[in-house]
Amino acid sequence: MSRPAWILETTDVVKRFGGLTAVNKMSFSMEAGRIYSIIGPNGAGKTTFFNTLSGLYKTEEGSISFEGRRIDGFAPERITTLHMARTFQNIRLFGGMTVVENIMVGAYTRLKQGAVQTVLRTKAFKAEEARAEAKAEELMRYVGLKGVGNELAGSLPYGAQRRVEIARALASEPRLLLLDEPTAGMNPAETEDATSLFRRLRDELGITILLIEHDMRVVMNISERISVMDYGEKIAEGEPREIAANPKVIEAYLGRGAAGGNAAELAAGGAEEAKA
Amino acid sequence: MKANIVRDSLRSFGAFLNRGRTPYIVSAVLLVLGTVLVYVSPRSIPAFLLFAIAAGLSYFLNMRKSVKLALAVLIAVVIVPILGARNIFYLEVIFQIAVFSALALGLNIVVGFSGLLNFGYMAFYAVGAYLWGFFGSQQPFLLHAIPGTVPPGTKFFLAPDWFYIFIFLGVIVAAIIGLVMGLPVLRVRGDYLAVITLGCGEIIRQLANNLDKPLNFTNGPQGITPIQRPSLPKELLAFFNRLFEPLVGHDVTANQFYNIMFYLIAVLVVVVVIVVTYRLEDSKIGRAWAAIREDELAAQAMGIPANKLKLGAFAVGASFAGAMGVLFAASRTFVSPESFTFLQSVGVLTMVILGGIGSIPGVIIGAAVVTILNVQVLQSFSLFLAQLRQSDAVIPIINFHWKDLSNQLDPSKYQRLVFGIILILMMIYRPTGILPAARRKRELSAPDSLDVPGDTGAEDTGAEHAAKKGVDHE
Repeated sequence: MSRPAWILETTDVVKRFGGLTAVNKMSFSMEAGRIYSIIGPNGAGKTTFFNTLSGLYKTEEGSISFEGRRIDGFAPERITTLHMARTFQNIRLFGGMTVVENIMVGAYTRLKQGAVQTVLRTKAFKAEEARAEAKAEELMRYVGLKGVGNELAGSLPYGAQRRVEIARALASEPRLLLLDEPTAGMNPAETEDATSLFRRLRDELGITILLIEHDMRVVMNISERISVMDYGEKIAEGEPREIAANPKVIEAYLGRGAAGGNAAELAAGGAEEAKA
Repeated sequence: MKANIVRDSLRSFGAFLNRGRTPYIVSAVLLVLGTVLVYVSPRSIPAFLLFAIAAGLSYFLNMRKSVKLALAVLIAVVIVPILGARNIFYLEVIFQIAVFSALALGLNIVVGFSGLLNFGYMAFYAVGAYLWGFFGSQQPFLLHAIPGTVPPGTKFFLAPDWFYIFIFLGVIVAAIIGLVMGLPVLRVRGDYLAVITLGCGEIIRQLANNLDKPLNFTNGPQGITPIQRPSLPKELLAFFNRLFEPLVGHDVTANQFYNIMFYLIAVLVVVVVIVVTYRLEDSKIGRAWAAIREDELAAQAMGIPANKLKLGAFAVGASFAGAMGVLFAASRTFVSPESFTFLQSVGVLTMVILGGIGSIPGVIIGAAVVTILNVQVLQSFSLFLAQLRQSDAVIPIINFHWKDLSNQLDPSKYQRLVFGIILILMMIYRPTGILPAARRKRELSAPDSLDVPGDTGAEDTGAEHAAKKGVDHE
């Protein structure tokens, strides 16, 4: 067995910004081939935690292991090379580049062409470019984009941009995909589509998925395990049903005194929050 | 509304020009006309401008690529040298356009492709120029001499034909200096980077200015001269004269032939620079540069080592300037710190922005427009006014005697002003430049028409592709 049981494992990760501890002693483990979610109120430190995982932030304390290998302190590009990819909460596409180019940028770490090959335009270079382009088109089809390959990414409607971002992440051939609020701003039909896309990514491509999500319907529907963060700490972890019934979680979301509420209320509250 | 009418009529005129055989006829007529006019009256500016426009137009018209290529070779290798031999001044202008095109293309990689401001770009040009300036002159033997003095009998350090090797050395050395100067990009961004590069550029110039002691490397503000030119093969000159004497009308002297030779070398360098730039742009490296320009954080998250690529952009951009610097030193046989001021760096930046930041043909047009504006139009207009001033001509009705025209109104004195006005107007009405950068459209497989009824996107790109390739539908 070369592959470890945990694809991702963090122990006591701490990230501070000045006096503010955004992530506090976060310990979290994830099994390969599963779909996990992290939820929590606004400002709970979810995105900061994502940023430490993908190397954009350096951790102050604790360790992060990916496929059994310590990756805390690695530069983000190195982490991507190790087959971990992510999307951003506020879509960060390369707006002035075409959709195909965006996706081909995602394949950066998988392309072998060097500067000399590029300048000489060798056969190998041309073949690789053609392959990359074909792959990008295939990914576009996979995420449900049609006929927009030559459009500037910034000119696409919101939902399509989300898809491009996922396709771009997929181009880096991830084994672990971090999705930061991937359905934010989508209407119910788009959300439905996106959710089934995430399932396909896992079922067909075998990609492990970690979501940050506000839409409780999405979270409850798709996640196999949920971790709840509040004030930078993990306050609960478990299966969707357990989480929905957990008084600490309900308190974090609805405030003190609401702990008597039930799962339905929590789900409704979450959905409203996502809409707002 | 008005702008729309203008744009529409321009577009329909463009469509007319591109129909069927029209582009071939139009460019042939214009080229012949321009060539003949310049040939007959080598000193006429309108004739030269017509020629320049004809040459430029044939690039943009919808013609077969092979025809365009043949035209370009014909113009560059035959027509321009002949016309240039009749009036060396044109050759000088075109030489400068070629030099500045390479510089602008190099800066375009840094500023246009990767989005890193660089206000000290001339430093790399200086590095190339001083590299050959030092090794291609007597300077290595003058390290202990008092600046400005040359003991009699001092030999040149290297044989003149080392020049060709130094073009390549210029590339390498400038690239290394580019890497060093690029180191701040690892820590600094945006405006701060602009200031730092400005400082670095000035440091290089001040080094050139002051490295005449303790050891006299650069001869200080007086500059280094004479710098050797590559040797001139006599047979080549004789061959050129035998071939073109009837056309040129007189025998070309060795000195004049040097101009032709440097022009040809410059064109060769520019062609290499253009090819390299195009190939880099359309590759993993070029896409990574664009990604860094668009959103550095996202680029890093996609696995792009931003620091490495930014340094690479600096090095590649610098290398072009290094090669041209070597050529510049040899063609002038003289280098001094004055040629590498901050204003010159800004000038190259202006060419990039005016032409179309990030756009390869745009940047070349920018270099041509600025150079022609700089050395030709205004100066000859000044000359024209000076002639009027000396004549007894009078403007009727207002009874204005031209000889009363103040010297202060000499247009060449207002070069910077005219420049400034053009830049301001451009930034207001066409901020993306004369020929804005466009992302390459790829030939993607058309979406299934059943899936996407009424989708015209694929057809559009197909038509554009046909147009780009110059396929003639008749």
